Amino acid sequence: MEKLLEVKNLNVDFVNRDDTVRVISNLSFSLGKSEVLGIVGESGSGKSVTSLSIMRLLNEASARVRGTISFGGTDLLTLSEREMQAVRGNQIAMIFQEPMTSLNPIQTCGRQIMEPLLLHNQISKKEAADKALRLLELCGIPDAKNRFHEYPHQMSGGMRQRVMIAIALACSPKLLIADEPTTALDVTIQAQILELMKDIRKKNDMSIIMITHDLGIISDFCDRVLIMYTGEIFEAATVKQLFRDPLHPYTQGLLQALPRISRQTDRLEAIEGMVPDAGQMPKGCHFHPRCKYAQERCKKERPELKELPDGRCVRCFRV
Amino acid sequence: MLRYILRRLSLMVVLLFGVSIMVFAISHMVPSNPAAANLSQTALNDPEIVAAYEAKWGLDKPLYEQYFIYMENLLKGDMGTSIRTGRPVMDDLKQYFPATLELSIFAMIFAIVLGILSGVLSAVFQNKPIDQVLRTVSVSGVSLPSFWFALVVMSFFCGTLKWFPSGGRIDPRLFNPTGGTGLYVIDAIAWGEWGMLKDSLAHIVLPALVLGFFTMGLITRQTRSNLLETMSMDYIRTARAKGMKESRVVWGHALNNALIPVITVAGMGFCNLLGGMVFVEKIFSWPGIGQYAYLSATTLDFPAICGVSLLIAVTYVVVNLLIDILYGVIDPRIRYQ
Repeated sequence: MEKLLEVKNLNVDFVNRDDTVRVISNLSFSLGKSEVLGIVGESGSGKSVTSLSIMRLLNEASARVRGTISFGGTDLLTLSEREMQAVRGNQIAMIFQEPMTSLNPIQTCGRQIMEPLLLHNQISKKEAADKALRLLELCGIPDAKNRFHEYPHQMSGGMRQRVMIAIALACSPKLLIADEPTTALDVTIQAQILELMKDIRKKNDMSIIMITHDLGIISDFCDRVLIMYTGEIFEAATVKQLFRDPLHPYTQGLLQALPRISRQTDRLEAIEGMVPDAGQMPKGCHFHPRCKYAQERCKKERPELKELPDGRCVRCFRV
Repeated sequence: MLRYILRRLSLMVVLLFGVSIMVFAISHMVPSNPAAANLSQTALNDPEIVAAYEAKWGLDKPLYEQYFIYMENLLKGDMGTSIRTGRPVMDDLKQYFPATLELSIFAMIFAIVLGILSGVLSAVFQNKPIDQVLRTVSVSGVSLPSFWFALVVMSFFCGTLKWFPSGGRIDPRLFNPTGGTGLYVIDAIAWGEWGMLKDSLAHIVLPALVLGFFTMGLITRQTRSNLLETMSMDYIRTARAKGMKESRVVWGHALNNALIPVITVAGMGFCNLLGGMVFVEKIFSWPGIGQYAYLSATTLDFPAICGVSLLIAVTYVVVNLLIDILYGVIDPRIRYQ
C-alpha cells in the first residue's frame, strides 16, 4: 500500500523550568492511503500528543518534538510555520474531542466553515458560502440553510460535532485526525456521528487516524490499531488480529475489561493499578507493576518493539 | 431590542427621581450657610439683607417645599437659576457640558485604543521585556494619583519641553468659536478651520492623556488577562488547526471573545473618569462641568449642584445602556429578547 504518513522515532519532551518529561518515546508507525488507523490508550498514554505533534499544534516553547513525520514525502517537522499553515486544515484536518467548546461562541457556524475554504482556496465569499452550505448538508444537518446562520450555543452537542466535521472536511484533506470525536456525546449520537464518518470515508478518499479509548469504535471503524501506553506503542496489529488474538498482556486486559452481554458478572473486570505519571516511569517495562505475568526481567530491562512474521508488532518479552 | 432600550430609558426616570431626592437631602443636611458663602461680611451683618437673600432663593422655606418647587420647575424644563452665576442652570450646563464631553471622549478613545493595543501586545509577548514595560505602565496608570500625574505631565510637557499649551480649550486670542456643537475639534473639522483644529487638539492632548490614563491601565490589564485566558480555549486550537496565521487567530478569534469583560471595565472606567474630571479640569483650566461642579459646591449653589448631579446621573445611565447594547452586538449569547 502506498504510504501517506510515516512517523519515525518521534520523541516529545515537555520542558519546563525545572525538568524535562518525556511523553512520547521512539514512536514509529505508518499510515497508507485511504487507510483507517486506530490509536487506543488510556488517558495519559500520549495519543492526543501524537496527533497534536503531527499537526504541529503543541506549544513550541514547552514541547520539544524530535524525529521525522513524513507526510506525502515531506517532513512536517522541517517546514516553516508558514508552510505548515498551508498544510493545516487543508491537507491534514483535525476533529477535536469537545464539540461544546471547540467552536468559536461568537461566530456563526456557517462563517466558521467558510473560514478554511477562504483561507486555502482562491474563491469568493459567495462560493465559499455555497460550499459551506453543501458541507452542512453532507454532514447531515437538517434545515442547513437556517442552521448556517446559527451560533454554536443554539445547537446540540451532536450538531456541533457535525459542524466540526464539516469544518475539517472543507478542503477535502488527505488525512483526517479524529481525536476522540464521540467521547463527549451520548451513545445514540455517537452512533450517528460514526455512521456519518463512515459515510464520508466512503465518499472522500482519505486516510483517517481515529484516536479513542473505545475498542468498540476500533472494531467497527478501523483497519489497523496501535495500542499505546505511557507514550510507547505496545502492540500494533490489524483489527482482526488484535481482537482474535491479542498478544500483549495490556491489550488482553483492555479486551477483557469490555463488558459482554453474554457473560453474567457482578463486577466489571479492570486492569489493576493506574497509568504511571510521566515523571515517574517505572524501571524496565512500563507496564510491569500492573502486569500479572511480570517476571524479574521485566522489572530491569525495557522490552523492544518486536515485529512478528505476520506483520504485527508487540513490546513484550513473552512473545 | 427596541423595547428593551425603551424599558431601560423609562427606568431612568425613576432613577433620576431618586438621585434628585438624594442630592437635595445630602446637600442640605451638611451644616452650611449659603448666605455666608455668597454675601460679603457687611451684608451678613444686616439681618434684613440676609432675610431678603434667603427669600429670593427660597432658602427660608422648609426643605420639602423647596424640593417640590424644584421638581415642579424641573418638569417644566427649568432647572432653576444658579446662585453663583445668576444665570439659568440649564444655560450653564449647555455651556460647560460640551467641553467636558469632548474631553471625556478623547480620554476614552485614548484609553480604549492604547489600552487594548498594549493589552494585546502584553499578552502576545507574555513575560517578554515589552510585556514587563507595558505592565509597569498599566500599573502606574491604575495607581498614580491623577492630580500628581497631571502636575508632572504639565510641568514636563508644558514647562520643560514647551510642546503643548498649559491650559484652556483653545487660544482665545486666535479663535472665538461660537455656535456649532460646542465640541471644538468636531466644529473645526465641520467648518474646515484647520488652524483651529490644530490649536484645539494641542490643548486637549494632555488633559485627555491624564484623564484617560487610569482607565487605560484598567483596560490594559483586563485585556491582557482575558486574552491569555482566551488563547488557551479549545476554539483557538480549532482556529489554529484550520491553518490560520497566528496574528489572525489573535485578532479574529481571540480578541473579540476577550473583549466582552473589557467592555464592562471600560464602562466602569468611564464613570471613574467623570469623577477624575474635577481635578483634571481644575489643573488644566478646562472650562467644563468638573470646574463648574467644584465652584458650585464651594459656594453652596444648590440649583447648580442638583443640575450637575442629574446630568452626571443621566450620563451614567446612558453609558451603561450603551454598554449593555454593545454586549449584545459582540456576544450573540446575551442578545436581548
